[in-house]
Amino acid sequence: MGKIRTPYLLLLPGFAFLFTFFILPIINLAQTSTQTRIINGDTGQYEQTLRFANYIDAFIENREQFTRSFVYATIATVAALLIAYPLAYALAFKAGKYKNVLLVLVVAPFFTSFILRTIAWKQILGEEGFVVPTLRTLGVISDSTTLTSSAFAVVMGMTYNFLPFMTLPLYASIDRIDPRTLEASGDLYANGFTTFRRVTLPLSMPGVVAGTLLTFIPAAGDYVNAQLLGSPNTKMIGNVIESRYFKVVDYPTAAALSFTLMAAILILVTLYIRKAGTEELV
Amino acid sequence: MNTKIKDASIPTLPLGAVISRWIGRNLIRIYMVVAFTYLFIPVAYTFAFSFNDSGKSNLVWKGFTLDNWTNPCGAPEVCSALGNSIKIGLLATTFATILGTMIAFAIGRHAFKGRSSSNLLIFLPMATPEIVLGASLLSLFLVFHINPGFWPTVIAHVVFCMSFVVVTVKARIASLDPRLEQAAMDLYANEFQTFRRVTLPLVAPGIAAAALLAFSLSFDDFIITNFNSGTLSTFPKFVYISAARGIPAQANVIASAMFFLAVILVIVGQAVGRRRKVS
Repeated sequence: MGKIRTPYLLLLPGFAFLFTFFILPIINLAQTSTQTRIINGDTGQYEQTLRFANYIDAFIENREQFTRSFVYATIATVAALLIAYPLAYALAFKAGKYKNVLLVLVVAPFFTSFILRTIAWKQILGEEGFVVPTLRTLGVISDSTTLTSSAFAVVMGMTYNFLPFMTLPLYASIDRIDPRTLEASGDLYANGFTTFRRVTLPLSMPGVVAGTLLTFIPAAGDYVNAQLLGSPNTKMIGNVIESRYFKVVDYPTAAALSFTLMAAILILVTLYIRKAGTEELV
Repeated sequence: MNTKIKDASIPTLPLGAVISRWIGRNLIRIYMVVAFTYLFIPVAYTFAFSFNDSGKSNLVWKGFTLDNWTNPCGAPEVCSALGNSIKIGLLATTFATILGTMIAFAIGRHAFKGRSSSNLLIFLPMATPEIVLGASLLSLFLVFHINPGFWPTVIAHVVFCMSFVVVTVKARIASLDPRLEQAAMDLYANEFQTFRRVTLPLVAPGIAAAALLAFSLSFDDFIITNFNSGTLSTFPKFVYISAARGIPAQANVIASAMFFLAVILVIVGQAVGRRRKVS
């Protein structure tokens, strides 16, 4: 009877919700982005003038922060991949009976407030922490070098905070690999490195793609790490959008910046997915 | 017995070779120790400083005390912020889990027109940076003269949690053995009975995991909350705002307690899941 209708009935409430509170706001954001200030109006009063030049102005004014966001997010994503891949691999293949315990331990740190952990990093890397004096004694950094309020601290904070979004999809896809495929590769005289490059890595690509996306996207739009661990010289586009909304009350510019950020991310994601050749991600 | 022979051969090797051989053999273990240390350093720091007799600003170690733990609500506003976070988290989790699970069943169990565009619609909120989600929702609320606050925050959280619920539950549905349901049908269970007695119990761990994920995402969210909560305080917002003038050690107590609670919950959940599998 209602067999054909069943999926649509199941989708209806959720999609009605998404339409009202996700699609509609995005459309509304697009409308806001071309408004201009009402002359002689109060702060925060804007009218629709279809001024597309808002985009150009916003981009030119903030291209430095845009570039920074994408550079930082890229470095943090690569770093997270390099840290998480061996970890996920070890969990999937080498942890034996401790697998579940270790998996819990990987996720556990992220139940502690993310802002508190970021502030903890600030203090650990700060002058009173133990990292800076140790590195100074070892002669790795000079006496005048500091680690906080720097691009290094911001990127490190992002790498740390988004690590579970990298580790979990990687683990899920590596764990699904049949160990016999690796044995087969060894039987065919492939050495460890070749086996990794030709068998493990290709089979774990869905995890790599999902993990890098889930790390890169929030990292590119983040402003908390830059705010807590950075300096005025490490401001990212998220910081600009936030201050346009709350401090400057310049909604059109904030909307134009948000839209540009979203478009840039969507284009990059599409190109990346096409290049990486995985469509089963969604 | 093998080890004895190896031990005997060690003294004949130069120390450097012994060390590099040991490192080579234990490379993965060493890596795990380093990685877990990295993961846990800020947690350990937060935990340690929950015992700090700090007064107002918890920056420098001043001495050990249990006062923060015996009086976790001692700092002004910290517990009301926590209460708000829990309320928002529970409501958002409930709505997101119900709506998301329904969508997951539709997509995971049915072939229908518009399935791939449905998948896309689910993926989009995850591909949108939080700041854009938060800012666009705030703009919408402002247009309709809805003041940011409790319910706008709940709505915003449902938006971003729902996609994660769909993905998690869908993965669980995809891993089900279809023969189990066929067997139920063969034994004259009708569609509803099959769903209630076979499918749902099998998918339940996925739904539980999704709900836990949704709650932890909601509870820890800052960016979207900051845009849509107005003057309402939540725990992450409280910590962020007090960072400027000094975070009370009670915040560390609450964060540490959350950590232990979550770990216990996950371990108990796994133990229950395992026992079910055995019986």
